[in-house]
Order: sequence, then structure tokens, then C-alpha cells
Amino acid sequence: MTGTQIVPGERAIALLGGEANDANLRRYLHGIPGVDAVGLEQRAAGLGTRSIKTTSKAWALDRIIGLIDLTTLEGADTPGKVRSLVAKAVTPDPADPGCPRVAAVCVYGDMVGHAVQALGSAHGDPDQGKIAVAAVATAFPSGRASRSIKLEDTADAVAAGADEIDMVIDRGAFLAGRYGQVYDEIIAVKEACRRADGTSAHLKIILETGELNTYDNVRRASWLGILAGGDFIKTSTGKVAPAATLPVTLLMLEVVRDWHRLSGEKVGVKPAGGIRASKDAIKYLVTVAETVGEEWLTPHLFRFGASSLLNDVLMQRQKMTTGHYAGPDYVTID
Amino acid sequence: MSFLEYAPAPESQAILNLRSEYGLFIDGEFREGHGTPFASISPATEKHIATISTADAADVDAAVAAARRAYDRTWSRMSGADRGKYLFRIARLVQERSRELAVAESLDNGKPIKESRDVDVPLVAAWFFYYAGWADKLDHAGLGANPASLGVAAQVIPWNFPLLMLAWKIAPALAAGNTVVLKPAETTSLTALLFAEIVQQADLPPGVVNIITGAGATGVALVGHDDVNAVAFTGSTPVGRAIAKSVAGTNKKVTLELGGKAANIVFDDAPIDQAIEGIVNGIFFNQGHVCCAGSRLLVQESIHGEVVDRLKARLSTLRLGDPLDKNTDIGAINSSAQLDRIRALSDIGEAEGAERWTAECTIPENGFWFAPTIFTNVSTSHRIAQEEVFGPVLSVLTFRTPAEAIAKANNTPFGLSAGIWSDKGSRILAVADKLRAGVIWANTFNRFDPASPFGGYKESGYGREGGRHGIASYLTSGTPARPAVAAAVTKPKTVTKGATK
Repeated sequence: MTGTQIVPGERAIALLGGEANDANLRRYLHGIPGVDAVGLEQRAAGLGTRSIKTTSKAWALDRIIGLIDLTTLEGADTPGKVRSLVAKAVTPDPADPGCPRVAAVCVYGDMVGHAVQALGSAHGDPDQGKIAVAAVATAFPSGRASRSIKLEDTADAVAAGADEIDMVIDRGAFLAGRYGQVYDEIIAVKEACRRADGTSAHLKIILETGELNTYDNVRRASWLGILAGGDFIKTSTGKVAPAATLPVTLLMLEVVRDWHRLSGEKVGVKPAGGIRASKDAIKYLVTVAETVGEEWLTPHLFRFGASSLLNDVLMQRQKMTTGHYAGPDYVTID
Repeated sequence: MSFLEYAPAPESQAILNLRSEYGLFIDGEFREGHGTPFASISPATEKHIATISTADAADVDAAVAAARRAYDRTWSRMSGADRGKYLFRIARLVQERSRELAVAESLDNGKPIKESRDVDVPLVAAWFFYYAGWADKLDHAGLGANPASLGVAAQVIPWNFPLLMLAWKIAPALAAGNTVVLKPAETTSLTALLFAEIVQQADLPPGVVNIITGAGATGVALVGHDDVNAVAFTGSTPVGRAIAKSVAGTNKKVTLELGGKAANIVFDDAPIDQAIEGIVNGIFFNQGHVCCAGSRLLVQESIHGEVVDRLKARLSTLRLGDPLDKNTDIGAINSSAQLDRIRALSDIGEAEGAERWTAECTIPENGFWFAPTIFTNVSTSHRIAQEEVFGPVLSVLTFRTPAEAIAKANNTPFGLSAGIWSDKGSRILAVADKLRAGVIWANTFNRFDPASPFGGYKESGYGREGGRHGIASYLTSGTPARPAVAAAVTKPKTVTKGATK
């Protein structure tokens, strides 16, 4: 027990029937029905066998592009690299002006300013066909820093113009059962997402499912993230294997569906890391549509965190129009 | 556009090379039957597929005689290892022709291609592979050293899993050293006849496998034939009962795999999303044409409302339509007769006071279709809770305690299968121990494996298929009913007893 002082969140209080402390959170999270791993994986595999052809495939490929958070998260990132990424985000396929733009670019906090500048007039709400800037924060990817550093990191990125913050939860605290601490921290980061004008950057909560290890943990962490006020729950940082998998994403979508049924609120889901092929991305679209409904297939409710996926989708798109595959030299690299 | 209205993705029929007419497969070749031929139609479109011969008593005689000759002259004298080679060859040919078989099965039976492709045909191959391995290990079948084969097996199979039931019957019979005469169901003869081509391709000695087609009369003549040593039947309980009567007092060894009314028990601590999937898979898999289908859902009263709500939401996403479309979840009902029975029993359910809910879906103009349906407020005294509907119809009942769940689950003349959903391992074991059903699934449903025995209690029949028990059904520790004629020179281990008598 940490003795953490819990900041009460609007979502949690009614559901928990009391303040969001370790004991109440534990009682609630451990009272949720368990997950049968075999059954979950079987269902995900079943969804993966859907055959998406012709017009459906063409629609899916365009939609996938519009849902991508085009990402560069390297220690070697430079303003030049970010400008190149942004150019790719704005014009994914120079040969086809009809090609949709991606939803957002995702960068480290110190690159936010460069991204905003490079986007110029293209910067804005992806629902309006513009491109948002997402920043990873809170001592990404490990999250091993003091709370004040994490909040500073977040506030910094927001001040630089980030529209979305991808935070990591404290997996150590979660696995040690200190749910109150994890909850608290999300609330505090959410607060740090507030801008001077009173609006707020959207908060994506990275569960790092590869470190949570069990599906039961993923389900609990998903609930915790939603109760604490996350706008999105996201699978992974991309720095830990396994990153996004279809069963994990399905499970998170089921939580989002249940939360929607309970509260009427719509929370987004972002699988990130390891999705490289169009064929796989289409399986995710199918899973979203058949689990929460196709109204979730919009940028403010579903994203792919990916970098190499975009070019595979572009190659598939070209194949659909020309009838044959062009090589990787016929799509641009960022 | 709506993404969920997936564009059509039909599996091509071009791979099929069907003949317009099929004869009987006797002694390694196709020949015309003497009965009146009948048409096989696609239940999804009611279109004619092929004309099929009917075997009369003389044809049955010829088939049994061919099987007897093959038994006496080759198959019973061959070493187990060599029999195994033939079975392995058949298994590989099934895999090679899997797409073709899947398309034929969906066309003729009406089941979705994703099921014939991902379940039926892979299991067919698995069954032959599994029993191929048994052919030279019969000493370990549990009957002591050198068990003997029985002789000629008469096998009659149903229309719900035409090719899979064929594999369940033929693979262990051949591995044990028997020869067979098999009759597929009248509405689904096609894949058995394609299998006959595979038998030819595998160069199996003539007469080891004979396939005769026709309706009930053909089956009666086959089962009642004097020179048959074993009878294996899968189908309805009334027919099974008639077969049991007809073979009473003879030396024929019988296995019967009959109807069921399985309870699928969901406790309040069940993994709920997976339980919903399991319920759907339990009763809507293969349009509910499954003898072990989980047709009675027993839900703990405290979660009844939630389970029913989730179930309805899930059923609303099922796609009913063209069985050959790769995205179809629910295919066609196999025949108009079966559709009539499902409709009649559903109407009775409503008349008896149960609440009917049907998923909204567009029913195609032609063919035989029945939308997924659930009945709530069902009591054990309702006919839909007692009788086998054999269609996509689920009856939902409630219970309060494990003891009540067990009592209700066992309160049926059947006893083929049951399912238990709970996160608590000890409860699963305790409940499973008290259920009188041949197969019990825990946190899953409708999973099959050749290594696992399958069969029923009470009116669900007797004998087991699959696993060691399945091979033992085709063996005897004593001498065979009619021993092989000549003494074995090449010491075929498995038939020594019979051969040296």
C-alpha cells in the first residue's frame, strides 16, 4: 500500500462506489470476468479469415492510410528527419493526388516544434483532413522517472504544439498491484495536457501489453486507463516485443465496447508496433468493425501506430489500380 | 459505403470437375445402380448438381461380396505397416485435393466454405493420418496381443458432415484390417463419390472400400445383409433404434452415434466474451446441424440478462448467405424436409410460451434458410428443451446452483456432449464428473480431434469413435466372425489369430 492520495476522476467514482484508491480499484478490476486465452486467440484468428476483396479492399486501404500515426521514435531523430516524415505524411503517394493523408505524425517531445512548423497549414484535426502532431511523453518508453519529470515532459510537448500525448503507464506499479498510483498518474498527466486556453491535448494511454504479459492484466489495465480518463488506450511503445497483436487489440476493443454500453462514451484504440503489412492492417479494421462497430473507423477513435505499414499500403493501392505489383522503389521513403 | 457489407468473396467452383451422373463405387470401379437414380441439389440454390444412382438389394449384394473378396484375399492378409501406407496416401491425397473437396462439400451440403475449408476437410485428413499410425500398432489397442479384425463393415453416415463422418468410419475400419461398404446420406453423396476417386488414385486394392448411394431402403438392405460383420451408424435416434433391432440376435458388432440435446452450462464467473463465442459456436456452427450441438444453454440466473443481451448483439453480426462466399457464417439448411422440422419445432416453442428472438438477416429467395434464433423463458418441460431441433435454434434456461445445473443438464434422454464455462478449474472438474455425457468441453465447444474418443450415453448411442477406443470398435480379441480363408505366409501380425484358425 502506497498511501497515495487519489485524485477522484469523474468516470471512476460512480462505478467504484467510492474513491479510486488501491483497495477499491483492486476490488473492481479483479471482479471483471476473466479472459480465456485460447478462446480469445481463436476469435481473433476467426476474424483474421475474413476475405476483403475488390471495392471493400480499396476502401479499407484508403481508410488505413487515414488512420495511421506515422511515427519516428529514434534516438537519432533530427529536425531533418522529422521534416522528411512530415512531407511523407502530407503526400504519401506523389504519383496520386487522390491518396489520403495520414492522421498524425508521432514524434518525441523535443521534435514537436519541428513537426508543427513543417506541417504548416496542413496541421490540424485529422477528422477535417488535416494532420495532427502526437508526442510521446512521460519518460517514454520505460516511464521510469519521477512524477514531476513526467508531468514536465507532457506540459513541454503540449506547449510546443502537440495535439495528442501518448503517455506510458507505470508498469512496475501496475504489476505490484499499486493501481491507485497508476490511476493517479494518468489523472495528473491528463491535467498536464491542458492548454492555457482551457482546451486539452488528447491523451493516449500506452499499456505496453508486452510487459503486462497476461490477457487478464491487459483487460484490467484497459479498464484502469479508461476509468482514469484516457481518450485512447494504446497497446505498445513499439520498443518491447511482442508489440500489438490481434488478440490483444480485440481484447481492448471489447473493453471499449463494454464501456460504451455502460456509459455511452466512446474511447479510442491504437495498436502500435509490428503491423507492417496491409493484409494484417485489414484484419484490424475487420476486428474493429465487428467488435465495436464501423463508426469506430475514424481518426478520433482508431489509429495505427506504424511507420513501414504506409508503404505496403501504397504498394497495394498501386496494385489495385494498375493490376500488378511495383517494387519498393516505386514508393517513397521518408 | 458500409465497410461491413463486405464485397462478395466467392470461392471459385472452377476447381470442381464434376460428372453429370455418378454410379456406385463397387470393387474399385464405378458402375450403374439398378434402382431409380435421384438428383442431388444444392440446398442454397435448389439447383441440380448431379444425378446419383440408387443401389438396390442386388447392388448391395455385389458391394458386400466385393468387400468380402477383398477382405479374404488381400486386406486381412496385408501387414499393418502396408495398410498404414495406403491410409497415409489417402490422407495426403485429401490434403492435395482439399480445396476441391471443400467446395464440393459446401455446394452439396450448404455449409459455409470457411467451415468446410477450415474444419471439415483438415479433420478428414487428420483422421486418416491418425489411424494410418495405428495400423501397425494394434497390439496396443487395449485388446491384448494380436487382436483380429472383424471382416466386412457396413457403414451408414449422415448429411451434416458428409466427408468427415466418412473419415470417422472408414479410417479406423481400414486401419484395423476390415473392408467397408459405406452409404452416404441421400442428400449429400457427392463428396463420398469424390472420395471414391481418391481411393482409385491411391491405388487401394479393389473392394476394400465400396461406396453405394441411395435412400433409406439401401441402408436397410446394407445393414441387414447376412455377410456383414460390423455395423456403424451415425444419424437420428429413431433410425439407430431400428438398426439396433435389426441386428439384435446376430453376431454383428454395432456402434451407434445418435442424437443429442447438449447442455452448455455458463457459470457467473465464466470468461464472458469467450463464453458468448462458445455459445455461438456451440449451436450456430454448421447451422446447428451437429449432433453434439450445445442446443440447451443453461445460464446462471444472476447473469442471464447480460448473457442474452451480449448473445443477441453477437448474433446480429453473423452473415447468412451463399455458402461458397468466404465471409459467410451461416449457410443453408440441408434440405426442405429439415427446414420444415426446424420451423415446426420453433412454432411449437412459441406456442408453448417461450419467447422467440431471431437475428435480422436477409433470407435469399431460393434455397432453404433459417435465421439464427434463440428462445428465452424456456422450461425443461418445453419440447424445444427436450427434442433435438438439429437447426440454428438455441433454448435458454437458467439455474441457481451447480447442483441444479447438473440436474437440468442430465434431465434428457440423450447424453452425447456438454459444455462448462467457468474460470474456476475445480468447479469445472467437479461438474464434469457428474454430467452424463460422452464428451464434455470446458471453456470451449465443438472441438474435435482424432485422438479423442467421441460417443454418447443413453439415447445418444453406444460405442466410441476416435482415439484408441475408435480402433478397438473395429477389432476383437477373439476370432473374427468369419475367418480369412488362407493361412498367412507373410505373417501379417494383426490377423494371425484369424488366419491360423
